[in-house]
Formats: sequence, C-alpha cells, structure tokens
Amino acid sequence: MDLQETQDERAFRRELRHFFETEIPADIRKRVAENKHPTKQDMVICQKIMNAHGLAVPAWPADWGGKKWTPVQHYIYLDELQQCHVLPPLQFNVGMVGPVIARFGNNAQRKKFLPATANIDIWWCQGFSEPGSGSDLASLRTAARREGDHYIVNGQKTWTTLAQFADWIFCLCRTDPAAKKQEGISFILIDMKTPGITVRPIQTIDGGYEVNEVFFDEVKVPAENLVGEENKGWDYAKFLLGLERAGIARIGISMARIRRIKAIAAAERSGGRPLIDDPHFREKLASVEIELKALEITMLRVVSEERHRGGGGKPNPASSILKLKGSELYQATTELLLEAVGPLAMAYQPEEDGAGSNQPTIGPDYAAEAAPSFFNNRKVSIYGGSNEIQRNIIAKAILGF
Amino acid sequence: MDFDLSDEQRLLKDSVDRLIADQYGFEQRRAYAKKPEGYDPALWSQYAELGLLGLIVPENNGGAGAGPIETMIVMEAFGRGLILEPYFATAVLGGALIRHAASPEQQNALLPKLAEGSLKLAFAQMERQSRYDLADVTTCAAQSGMAWKIDGAKSLVLHGEAADKLLVTARVSGNQHDRDGIGLFVVDAKASGVTRRAYATQDGSRAVEITFDAAPAERLGPTANALPAIERAIDEATAALCAEAVGAMTTAHTMTVDYLKTRKQFGRAIGEFQALQHRAVDMYVHLEQARSMAIFAAMMAGSDDAAERHRAVAAAKSQIGKSGRALAKEAVQLHGGIGVTMEYAVGHYLKRLTGIDMTFGDADWHLADVARAGGLIGTEREPV
Repeated sequence: MDLQETQDERAFRRELRHFFETEIPADIRKRVAENKHPTKQDMVICQKIMNAHGLAVPAWPADWGGKKWTPVQHYIYLDELQQCHVLPPLQFNVGMVGPVIARFGNNAQRKKFLPATANIDIWWCQGFSEPGSGSDLASLRTAARREGDHYIVNGQKTWTTLAQFADWIFCLCRTDPAAKKQEGISFILIDMKTPGITVRPIQTIDGGYEVNEVFFDEVKVPAENLVGEENKGWDYAKFLLGLERAGIARIGISMARIRRIKAIAAAERSGGRPLIDDPHFREKLASVEIELKALEITMLRVVSEERHRGGGGKPNPASSILKLKGSELYQATTELLLEAVGPLAMAYQPEEDGAGSNQPTIGPDYAAEAAPSFFNNRKVSIYGGSNEIQRNIIAKAILGF
Repeated sequence: MDFDLSDEQRLLKDSVDRLIADQYGFEQRRAYAKKPEGYDPALWSQYAELGLLGLIVPENNGGAGAGPIETMIVMEAFGRGLILEPYFATAVLGGALIRHAASPEQQNALLPKLAEGSLKLAFAQMERQSRYDLADVTTCAAQSGMAWKIDGAKSLVLHGEAADKLLVTARVSGNQHDRDGIGLFVVDAKASGVTRRAYATQDGSRAVEITFDAAPAERLGPTANALPAIERAIDEATAALCAEAVGAMTTAHTMTVDYLKTRKQFGRAIGEFQALQHRAVDMYVHLEQARSMAIFAAMMAGSDDAAERHRAVAAAKSQIGKSGRALAKEAVQLHGGIGVTMEYAVGHYLKRLTGIDMTFGDADWHLADVARAGGLIGTEREPV
C-alpha cells in the first residue's frame, strides 16, 4: 500500500497541470475560481483547446480520440482539470451522447457526430426529464410517431440544461405506447433548428438561466437519427447513466473552493479577529475537509480497484457513494463560502449588472458570488438521479430489495 | 498510488480473519469474558505462536518487523470479534512506546519477551484531571542516585491488572501542563508502592486505578523530555484503534443489513421499508468514509514528520469517532428492542465504538486539533 503517486504518475500530473495553467486562458480560470456562471464562449474555448491537444474525450474509444489511460491517469486528469479551475468539456457531449453514439450508433452517425461532438462544433443538450417524469423517468410521454422516413415528435422536455446554446438534443421518446413502459422508448437525435421546437428558459433561484423547457409540436425528424434499435432506448439511457463518471464526486472543485474559503475567511474579520481564527468556524471547515479527504481516499480505492477489474466485473459498491457524498460535501463548501462572506452576501448583484456598470460592487469583490453559488448548487443533489434515488440504488445493492 | 495488499499481508489477513471467524463468535466471547482474567489466556498463547504479539517488534528482537499496515489488518479483524485480550495495550501501544522511547539495551531486554507472550504491558498515562491532554501530568518522578521513585496516581489504565510491567508518564521537572519535563518510566506491576484497583470498563475490557507511593522505576530512554516519542507511539496506536473501529463497524453494519432482510413485520421484511433502507445506506456511507480514513491513518502513521503524521491521524480519529458512533447508534435503533439487550451482540459494538471514541481523544478533540493545524487543505496547492 502506498499513497504516493509513482514517478510516472507525477510526471503525468505535472504535464497536465502545465497544460491547463498555460494553454487555458487565465481570465477564464479566474472566472471559474470566482464561481461565475460560465459563458458559452468560455466553454467552447476551453473544450476546443483541449480537443486540439487530444484532451477533450480521453474516455472515448481510441478510434474516436480516446486515450488508453489507466484509471489512475483518468483520475489525475480530472483532479488537475478541477483544481486548475478549468471548465470541463461539455458533459452532454463527452460523457453522455458521445459514448452512446460510439457504442450503439451506426458508422454514418459516428462519422457525422463524433468529431463535431468532441470539438463542440455541435453543442448537445439532454432531453430526458419531463414535467411528469422526474425520478420515474421511464414514465415519459413525449412521443415519436413513425411516418415514412420520419418520426413526428410531440411532447415536452424540461430541466434541459443550456438548451439555449444547444445545436442538437438527444431525446428519449415513446415509440411504442402499447409496450411496457421501459420497452417502448427510443433514443433519437434532433436538430434544435427543426421547425416546431420552442425553448422556454426557466430562471433558477440564484437568478441565473441554465435550465429550460423544450416543447415539440409536430417536429419532423429523419428516421436515420434513431440511435441503435427502435424501442431499445431505455437500455442506452441506462448505459449512459451508468457510465463511470469519476468527476461526479467533484472532489477537486470542492478542494479548490475550500482554498477560496480560507482566503476569504482570512480577509473577513469577526469579533475583531480574522474569521479563520474563530474556533467554531475553523472547526466547521475542518470537519468538511476531513470528510473530503475520506471521500478522496474512497475514490482512490475505487480507481485502484478498477485497474484490476479492467472494465469487467462488478464495480466496487463504494463507488456508489461518490455522487451521494460528493454532492453533499460540494454543497457544504458553497454554504461555508456563504457563511465566510457573511451578511453582505445578501446584496443581489447579478453578473450582467457588473459588466459595463460604473457602480462599485457592494461589499468586497467576492460578496456577489456567494449566495448565488449556494442557492444554485442545491441542484447537485437533485439532478442526475436525486440523492434519494441514489440511496434507493445503494439500498438495492446492499439489501437486495 | 496503490491500495493493494502484498502477498504476505494477504496471508496475514487470511490467518487473522480465520482466527476471528473460528474463535470469536459472540457466545465464545461471552465464555472468555467469564474467565478470571476477563479474556482467554489460551488465545493469548495462540497470538504469540502466530507472531501477532511481535508483529511490530523488530526482527532482531524476535519480532516480524512489520508496520502500521499489518497492524491495521490485525486490528480490523480483532474489531470484528470485539476481542478481549490485552493485544492493543501490550502489542500495539506498549510495543510502540518501547520502540520509540526506550534505549537499545532496554528494547533488547523487553521486546523479545513481548513478542513471545511472556510480558504484558499497560500504559499508565491518564490522570483524574487530564482527560485527553497528554501534557497534563502531575505524577512525579524523582531521582535518588541511579534509582527513580514515582509518586502520584493514574486513572483508567487499560489492562493494568493483567500487566507485568507498567509504562508510566511522570513529571521530572516543570509545571503541570508543560510539554517539557515528562519522562516515560517502566515500573514492575508488583513493585512496592504500587497499588492497583481493578474494575471492568463499559465495553467489556478491564482497567485499573493506580497509586504510586515511592514506587521504584526505571526511566525509558535517555531523556526527560519523552513527550514527542510518546506522541509518536500514540499516533501509531490511534491509527490501530481506527482500524479496530472499522472492523467493529463492518460487523455492526452486516448484522443490521441481515436483520433488515430477515425480520418481518406487517407481513414483509422490514428492509422493504424505504425509511429503513435509507438509514442502512447512510450507515454504509459512514462505514466507507471511516474505512478510507483508517487506511489513510495507517499509511501516514509511520511518517517521521510529526506534524503531518499527527494531523492525518487526528483527522482519521475524528472521522472514526463520529462515524463509528453514528453507525452503531443506528445499528441498535434498526434492531429495535433486541439491540439494547446484553444477550445480543449489536449493543456490544456500540459500547466498543464508544470506548474507542473516548480513547486518546474523541471526535471533537481531534477536530479541534486538525482545525488548529490549519485543516488538511493548504491555502496553496503543493507543487508536483
């Protein structure tokens, strides 16, 4: 047993850190560090730079730009990316639809979509959730009716993240209303410019716009945009949701945020001394740091075991706690950052008011980000399978019920 | 980066796992507890034969020369069995104190006996007022010629009744709370001036209250400033306690999951109720977080960097204290009434995990330590 990385692993880490710190524009990394909403442009710039260096889709099959990295190398890549405040490649592209097309799509689809997806020439959004289908996703009702060489899609998707930027949407649609609910679903790719699609933004409690409703009214989609077989979409969705997403625990981002909290708590004064010297605050912070260290080791154990499984066999059940605990700790850091900033965090100062505005910010520079980040990130224990669903999944694994 | 056991470590794990599975069922444990010693002397001999007593004793003193990872493997198994023998007091804590504080001659005299099972040790450190503060020492040692005499009183000395020799912290100079001026002494348990009052502890172990009245003593090592060596030994021992806790937590969790699957109410297994399922999952999260920190502590316990080592061990002990108690309380709750009975095992795991939390600093004590040291995450990233 050895906690130290090997010479090779350290060299790999050094190389990546150097890449992220020199190739990714400093102003973008600063905005990420300050919890600003990423702009479309920032995300595209980051992903294109990474893709140009072969670093946007390391987990994809090697034929389509993937790297034959070890699980430890994949971990180091994500850790450096997160701790260097780099915007990760768009998850819908690289962690969802890309692997599905690579695995289940036909060659024409692979050629048409994969390079453009890796290079974010296509921006994808995810059409899964519906107003009546959240945790019970298989109850979805958006329908695709076959007419000749086309599907006609009618229905509504919701919580569609960054649909306002998207070129394409990958949708789960009901193609067989008579079948059992999991068995009548297909995985269909739809161009967002197709007539009949309407996007309505939904404002989140931080004041930002990330999620949307997407309406489909007699939308005509070429049948060649079906991925895999008709009515097998649920299998592909399960594959997508089960993809090992080591980044899901967001440990590196939480660690980077703790550094920021320490800097803010050193600058803020409470009762005549730096807040960081207040034992109660310090201990609350240390408590999160300890849990985060434990989760980091849990993740390293999972990564280390993956190396032996070589992609086969049953995953370590400990892997299932990464999202659950990772999201809780991530939220805890946003809450501690809010507490570190203190009452001036309550001044509502939307980002769009900052640019070009002659008004000075209210309170210190870091005041504006704190409350929006806390409010916005309540989402991380809700999306991608809420933490209650995660508990159901883990319970099934350990109890069998 | 590597979390694999070596072949030798795997063999050790297999042998202690088998030992506990075969010899430490709950009914067997009850029988051992009723023996006059409060544990099974025959098992003690078996531990010696298996080389477990000399696990961390250097090879030139008849031991295996192993380290914190091997100790973790053994203590985790022992935690599953809630073992009663003075293994921790003698082989882990006693062994570490002698290795870090005693002179080479003293090590040569004591460690071979420890490894062969003919020497049991107890650490007389805590005093009525000191709680977890290792520097709070009023027991004093005075030199007359070559000999030392100890006066004072020690409390909650684990396995002090079984011990042949006591390792005693005593003040040679300075004031009650000074870090300097604390020596470590070895005192024959049956020496004149040593009075022991034995009692049981809540978690099934044994302890003594000791008074020293001009008790003859030998100082371990050349220095009257033994606290750094003592702290190093306690860090090692605390890492071992973390592993013991993980073993106990594992069994408490397994028992609870089995109970949820088999206990029927309202015509179905109670594990079908989501309220209970989610609590079993939260127990599992506590278990895995604790397991990770016990591994972290074992990996850091041998470090020569005292600040790094202590911070890591303190972080682990804080997590284990919190998670251990949380898991064990839930284990009792989910068992219902049977959980609070002496005749059923699960409550005994709560008692032991409570005892572990209150040994060498509880969760809050260690959290404060980590916080004072600036936490675990530096304000700047370390260069690669």
